[in-house]
Amino acid sequence: MSIKKHVKVGLSALALSVSMHSVAAEDPIKVGILHSLSGTMAISETVLKDTVEMLIEQQNEKGGVLGRELEAVVVDPASDWPLFAEKARELLAQEEVDVIFGNWTSVSRKSVLPVVEELNGLLFYPVQYEGEESSENVFYTGAAPNQQAIPAVNYLKDEIGVERWVLAGTDYVYPRTTNKILETYLKDQGVADEDIMVNYTPFGHSDWQNIVSDIKSFGSAGKKTAVVSTINGDANVPFYRELGNQGISASDIPVVAFSVGEQELSGIDTGPLVGHLAAWNYFMSVDTDANWDFIDAWIDYKGDDTVVTNDPMEAHYIGFNMYIEAVKKAGTTDVDEVKDAIIGVSVPNLTGGYATMMPNHHITKPVLIGEIQDNGQFSVVWETPSTVAGDAWSDFLPGSRDMIADWRKPMFCGTFNTATGSCGASSGEMAAEAE
Amino acid sequence: MSIIRRSLTSLLIALACLVSVPAMAQEDPGKALLVNLAEAPSSRVEEAINAIVDSGDERARGWLEAYGNNRLSRIKDTGQVVLVLNNRGRDWEIADPLTGENLGEMSRRKLDRVAINNAIRGKLEGIMAMLDLNAADPDVREASARDMMGKVDAALVAPLEARLEKEESAAVRDRIEAALAIYRVEQGDIEAVEVLAGSLHSRARAALNNAAASDNSQLAEAANKALASIEQKLKLNKAAETLYFGLSMGSVLVLAAIGLAITFGVMGVINMAHGELIMLGAYTTWGVQQLLPGQPGLALLLSIPAGFLVAAIAGIIIERSVIQHLKGRPLETLLATFGISLILQQLVRTVISPQNRTVVTPEWMSGSLVINDALSLTLNRLYVMAFALIVFAALMMIMRRTRLGLDVRAVTQNRAMARSMGIKATKVDILTFALGSGVAGLAGVALSQLTNVGPNLGQNYIIDSFMVVVFGGVGNLWGTLIAGLSLGTINQLLEPWAGAVLAKIIVLVFIILFIQKRPKGLFPQKGRAAEN
Repeated sequence: MSIKKHVKVGLSALALSVSMHSVAAEDPIKVGILHSLSGTMAISETVLKDTVEMLIEQQNEKGGVLGRELEAVVVDPASDWPLFAEKARELLAQEEVDVIFGNWTSVSRKSVLPVVEELNGLLFYPVQYEGEESSENVFYTGAAPNQQAIPAVNYLKDEIGVERWVLAGTDYVYPRTTNKILETYLKDQGVADEDIMVNYTPFGHSDWQNIVSDIKSFGSAGKKTAVVSTINGDANVPFYRELGNQGISASDIPVVAFSVGEQELSGIDTGPLVGHLAAWNYFMSVDTDANWDFIDAWIDYKGDDTVVTNDPMEAHYIGFNMYIEAVKKAGTTDVDEVKDAIIGVSVPNLTGGYATMMPNHHITKPVLIGEIQDNGQFSVVWETPSTVAGDAWSDFLPGSRDMIADWRKPMFCGTFNTATGSCGASSGEMAAEAE
Repeated sequence: MSIIRRSLTSLLIALACLVSVPAMAQEDPGKALLVNLAEAPSSRVEEAINAIVDSGDERARGWLEAYGNNRLSRIKDTGQVVLVLNNRGRDWEIADPLTGENLGEMSRRKLDRVAINNAIRGKLEGIMAMLDLNAADPDVREASARDMMGKVDAALVAPLEARLEKEESAAVRDRIEAALAIYRVEQGDIEAVEVLAGSLHSRARAALNNAAASDNSQLAEAANKALASIEQKLKLNKAAETLYFGLSMGSVLVLAAIGLAITFGVMGVINMAHGELIMLGAYTTWGVQQLLPGQPGLALLLSIPAGFLVAAIAGIIIERSVIQHLKGRPLETLLATFGISLILQQLVRTVISPQNRTVVTPEWMSGSLVINDALSLTLNRLYVMAFALIVFAALMMIMRRTRLGLDVRAVTQNRAMARSMGIKATKVDILTFALGSGVAGLAGVALSQLTNVGPNLGQNYIIDSFMVVVFGGVGNLWGTLIAGLSLGTINQLLEPWAGAVLAKIIVLVFIILFIQKRPKGLFPQKGRAAEN
């Protein structure tokens, strides 16, 4: 009797869940947003959360995708690297999101990598980074070193005639890897050892007197000198202030920065910085209709006339549109099919061209060099004649020279060694091991 | 920023005066010159600039300055060149560069900036310096002659020589001669090396270094000799500079730590929210500047009392609501105040913004005091140094010479005894904590001129502050002063050869070893107070 009852209940539950499933097709597409809203990185990451929310809102106004609405699932990893992994797990396992947009620092990405690979999720990562990675489940919409650092150095060398180099950075993985790549590259180009000065400072360094004075005397040796700065976030303000106060102007020793954008400049009085440079793939001042429309939408969304846009925001714009296109192409949000469909997808960027998803999960980007203006904006002084495809494995590091990544079948590998002809451990496994 | 605005306004006034006289029907020649500049491809820009200079137009300097500051734009529809008065926000305020007439606001989307880059800006600076060499004020002439160093090219030699003939001021003559000598050394002139022999200017050194590396052996020898004489002087200057760096870093440490020296040192409260009290002071500076737009100097002065008050009130609230209940339980106090510090940080993030705020440096605090070409003292740090000493002196006065100071010392030395003598210990606690917190606020006001004003400001200073207080000897203000200044100096001495990261570690290791040897710091308290 009671067994029968149980079976009955079980059957009706089954029927219910089946009918639920058919409804689920009309459920919203869940977009996970994994950006710190508190803690030290909140300064950079909150705007990215807002950007994705705005893009979702815009897409829903257009009727969503595949007839389904999009829905944001926001979590706060609080600038805490291990928490990033937990929150990613929460998004994928509990919330069952279809895609994640998130992360800023490389260390947070490395913490999330094993989780995304294990649970087979999709992650769009919007920030310029040091390369040396290509995961099956991650799409890198920010710049790899060959899309930012190398072209910037070429500009200084060829257009400005720089012969002496200061590589200044914050002491962590991105500046160290980038500077290693640049050092090898410069030496390949015939720059002598004594013409390269490398300097690292701790996070949030605020006393730059000695270093700026060193740069000044390094620069008085007769050859044209430039500073290539991978100094991170907060430390930049006192650095630039000290440069201005010690009277180093951009026409004497230009500083080209890879981590200083409109957002960072909005916290400084940029008067003394006019003429210093930054290399990005997007500037807010780029004069295209797509960009002005994006800015206007952003201003309306935030309800503030003075808000700025920046490069990682554009990366999210591109990544988001690529995801939408891929879902349309695949006709489903199934992770494996979207992964297949997205390779080769092209969407317009904000600088008047197109971004294409390459087989190594990096995208094509133009490289722009901008000079800082007194209103905290950049004016573009140079750009690459065409877009540059992101290189996951640098050609200027001994270990990675032979590596390639190609996520098309039959190769389907992010760490293929062309010398040995074999596929190495996945990026997630490597990241897990490093921990 | 304000310099630009001021020069733009003066340009506009000058233009307005000019216009009222020749109201002729003919086309203004300036229009063609500006359009020519706006349309020139990068290879022809120099020509276009020279055409403007050669026209002898009174407005030329203003135009070039506006161009150098990115303030020239073209209206996309009409092609008219306009002067951008305000380039912030969505709509920009523009004016006619020919007449000075204000054209109102226009969407930035409709404007096309007249392009300039560093190479052109460098040339422009040379040309403008040349124009300024004719100024009546010898100081302006000297400054512009100094700007000419290293910017002289073939075209500027003849006018500079002509200027030299007419020049009366010896200082300006020296500068012009040096500027010319740099050009001549670059051209391989051995006699010009002589002129540069004593110069500490980095451009002169650069020219000599290049000459020393040249193939011409005579020139190289002369240059090497000149360099050797410079090297000696440079070493002395470098030593003086390092000392200045050390003292300035030290005074920042003293400022950050001195409030803690009172709350932790005198009262014995481990206040982990000390850094956030500093942050509150810095945000007060920002707030006062928002209330007084366009007067950053006045706002900064007013922030000194305001920052003190805000932080002091916050301190009182913290003391009354949390710390007084945890008296004599240091571990719980540490945890509770650490929680308060996180709450305050997130409060600022939520209420104000997670982004850093711009605190403007008043003009009299930016730039540097030039001692000679190789040694200049940055003004903002000079002021902070003086401010730290004043704050220290004022605190010493309060602790030594006022009734409050007497009460504080009595209560901290023997609470029970002080109370039985009729001192209200609770009131003294509140006032002492408020004083320490207020001083932290003052540190925030000063730090707003050196570093970021953001929610994380305090975190960067909390460790350093504890380090200084412990090293100096808990409960001793003099100890804090000496400890701060010496740690700053040691750090800056180490930095050139160890690098910033290692220097910091070495200083920490040094302090750990020192505390092992002398657990009570540099100046331990003596007498009966020391026993508990």
